[in-house]
Amino acid sequence: MKFGVIVFPGSNCDIDCFHAVKDALGHEVEYIWHDTEELDDCDCIILPGGFSYGDYLRCGAVARFSRIMEAVKAHAASGKLVIGICNGFQILTEAGLLPGALVRNINLKFICDTVPLRVETNDTPFTSLYQKGEIINFPIAHGEGNYVVDEATLNKMKENGQIVFTYVNNPNGSMENIAGVCNEEKNVLGMMPHPERACEEILGNTDGRRLFESIISALEEKVKHEKAL
Amino acid sequence: MKKPYETVGLTEKEYKKIIEYLGREPNEVELNIYGVMWSEHCSYKHSRALFRHFPTTGKRVLQGPGENAGIIDIGDNLAIVMKIESHNHPSAIEPYQGAATGVGGIIRDIFAMGARPIALLNSLRFGDIEKSERVKYLVDGVVAGIAGYGNCMGIPTTAGETYFNSSYDGNPLVNAMCVGILEHDKIHRGNASGVGNSVMYVGAATGRDGMGGASFASVELTEESEEKKSAVQVGDPFMEKLLLEACLELLETGSIVGLQDLGAAGLTSACCETAARGEGGMEIDVLKVPRREKGMLPVEVMISESQERMLLIVEKGREDEVKKIVEKWGLHAVTIGKVTDNGRLTVKEGDKTVADVPAYSLDSSGAPRYYKEYEEPAYYRELKNFRPETTTEPKDYNKTLMDLFTSPNLCSKEWVYRQYDHMVRTCTVVKPGSDAAVLRIRGTKKGIALTVDCNSRYCYLDPRAGSAIAVTEAARNLVCSGAKPLAVTDGLNFGSPEKPDRFWQFREAVIGIGEACRELDTPVISGNISFYNETETQAIYPTPIIGMAGVIEDTDKYCTMHFKDEGDIVILLGKTENELGGSEYLSRIHGIEKGAVPRLNFGLEKKLQAFILSAINKGCLKSAHDVSDGGLAIALAECCMEKELGIKVKLESHLRTDAVLFSESQSRFVVSCSQETLAELQQLMEKQEIPYEILGRVAGDEFRIDINKRNVVALKVKEMKEAWRGAFECLMS
Repeated sequence: MKFGVIVFPGSNCDIDCFHAVKDALGHEVEYIWHDTEELDDCDCIILPGGFSYGDYLRCGAVARFSRIMEAVKAHAASGKLVIGICNGFQILTEAGLLPGALVRNINLKFICDTVPLRVETNDTPFTSLYQKGEIINFPIAHGEGNYVVDEATLNKMKENGQIVFTYVNNPNGSMENIAGVCNEEKNVLGMMPHPERACEEILGNTDGRRLFESIISALEEKVKHEKAL
Repeated sequence: MKKPYETVGLTEKEYKKIIEYLGREPNEVELNIYGVMWSEHCSYKHSRALFRHFPTTGKRVLQGPGENAGIIDIGDNLAIVMKIESHNHPSAIEPYQGAATGVGGIIRDIFAMGARPIALLNSLRFGDIEKSERVKYLVDGVVAGIAGYGNCMGIPTTAGETYFNSSYDGNPLVNAMCVGILEHDKIHRGNASGVGNSVMYVGAATGRDGMGGASFASVELTEESEEKKSAVQVGDPFMEKLLLEACLELLETGSIVGLQDLGAAGLTSACCETAARGEGGMEIDVLKVPRREKGMLPVEVMISESQERMLLIVEKGREDEVKKIVEKWGLHAVTIGKVTDNGRLTVKEGDKTVADVPAYSLDSSGAPRYYKEYEEPAYYRELKNFRPETTTEPKDYNKTLMDLFTSPNLCSKEWVYRQYDHMVRTCTVVKPGSDAAVLRIRGTKKGIALTVDCNSRYCYLDPRAGSAIAVTEAARNLVCSGAKPLAVTDGLNFGSPEKPDRFWQFREAVIGIGEACRELDTPVISGNISFYNETETQAIYPTPIIGMAGVIEDTDKYCTMHFKDEGDIVILLGKTENELGGSEYLSRIHGIEKGAVPRLNFGLEKKLQAFILSAINKGCLKSAHDVSDGGLAIALAECCMEKELGIKVKLESHLRTDAVLFSESQSRFVVSCSQETLAELQQLMEKQEIPYEILGRVAGDEFRIDINKRNVVALKVKEMKEAWRGAFECLMS
């Protein structure tokens, strides 16, 4: 399976995502420069964390106009997998690929910590290997992770099972403790916590591995399914 | 009316020396150039004569002091680059930008050597936070500034220290350290070599911000300092991130002969330093320098300290290749001049020559050098004689301990480091909150451990001994993590060198650091001196901050300070003496900052450090922590916090209870091991004649200490931890 990590000017978790996939999971991965239109033949696209364009204007507000984003939209529209982590999540909301927005943390400070999350649904290609309701620990590191969305959309998201992760102890003021959401089709996931920082024993946390393993297993299923047809 | 040379901070004698160098009177541009280059900040004219006390060589030293940063070999063709730098005065008047640009500057020093920056550390000192709203404002701004810059750069801020003392009222200290990694054959230096090679400018445009920052740093802070806000630069970490990536990519092409960051004294300093290290001469045209403001004078362009700029010395004919890579990162590179061999720094404005001076006369070899007078201050002998046993012993040690825990200096600094991304780059193995940060080196078994340390109260009471203790404690922090200490970068923060008593403190500290570094075989490979840290009413406590790096050969064998499991045996290595002089206990509980500082025995110290390291490598220890501020009681409590584990300790001692609990005797470690390894450990300790005492066991949920069969402390760990963790936030609100 092949992953692609988009590199925007100011991305800084690109290298972490790259190594999580390559070293910890042992899968193929490549960097994709923002100023191109090709996603090659990547099965899953990762929008990494960082400060794309310095987070100037608004987090993700400039990155969404990058040339590569048209290809990312097309990739998502074709039902392929996209995951945005931290700044990547912010970019996905700005690009309209995910509902809602991320505003400043309620304490107005950057927060770096490892916090417990609840897996709200395992009925997504990103969480199938977790148990529903399971508590896992993920690192967070953001200044603007306070998720907001209008009520009508929120209700719809709840009905559709689009709320994927919630915080056990809300660190940033997010509505309904939301830490990660997906689109209606469930092939695009955005989350503030960093699964790529939790894939190796030496870092003291491997709770993030199953997220990537879920993706790989979903992709393998798809290949099997296509072959059977 | 001030003389023109006085307005740029020079003396009459120095002015005469300039005339001697030039054979004529300098023009305004030249005078300003000499003013910034001969400031203490750039030339170290008051301090350089003492550097001979530092050991700066060794078989692992690949680059000692004198470059942008020092480099130390960690084996397998890998090396780490490190340096610490102060940004005290800017932070005193504009805390966010002052601290942020301090971080930005030190990062540039690291990648100027060709290294990828992999970790940041910081050492912060503020005034009395319990008495001053201004201090809270400074803490808030400085921490946010460090976070704002480092987080955006994607370089983890992995360790640090934050201390409070009224001597820093009005003059906080903000020292930032950066560590990078590179392969031996990829080392670059700030050399302008190869006559005819191009001098290129890359990064942010030049503005009027940070005018004369180096000179500003070389005077005392006064009421008027607030007016010097224009001397504080404004940081743009996004620009620096692009600059970093562009420079590292450029270095891969082989087109870069030398690179140098534009730091203090801006373009002036970058040009003359690279020229002096290379062929000796350089010619530049200020009209070619990108500017962000209209109507800038040549002198303004030359001394501006606008941030996020680098100077590249590019092989002639490869300028377009450089431009292309730089443009990929959304930046521009402009040729502003060329390398010459006439020994002169020539500054042109189009066809007109606006400055023409011998390059070597500007750098530290040509700058004046002073052998300052020093004099032992009267307080030194007087305060030393104070006898801590004349104080009244506390009645309730539970209360004393809780008071200490919740004090600004001993409480948890989670409020601070929670704002720093300490995990980005996914190499941080031991996060902030233990003795030292541990980072793995990706693709190898190796790791490095990093720490910063200084007890400035000791350094005030006895600068020589206090500084030696700072070095030794930094080494202890690394050893407790399982690392072999390798090298030091020192951030020396002092008052005015022009006052003999302050200069005595400086001189004593330099000698103390030198002695300890020689004893521990940790050469000083880089550093920074910040003088004039005083206000109209007082000077800061002498604060020589020691940044230290060590290597861990196998990251499976690192160690942390936290107790791990119930039933483990807790042992004290070393000996507790009656040494409360200068202690945190005496300061916090009795309000007294006096007494003789603890004695340091290098023989015992080295023996213990070697033992701890070998025991960790043998897998005998489950935790290791050095005993420092607050003494044994605080050290033990710190080990209990993370996992909320209790401890039952039984001690026998002839000392007063407060001395048993809070004495800060040196060369002591609290370690824990499993019951099964105890026998092996004891055998090793006895064979190597290590003084030790079995204190008790990790057990239950209570922190319990009995001395001479009498219970003196019994506290619930959970309550202790809550108070300790929450204290900082309470102070800030």
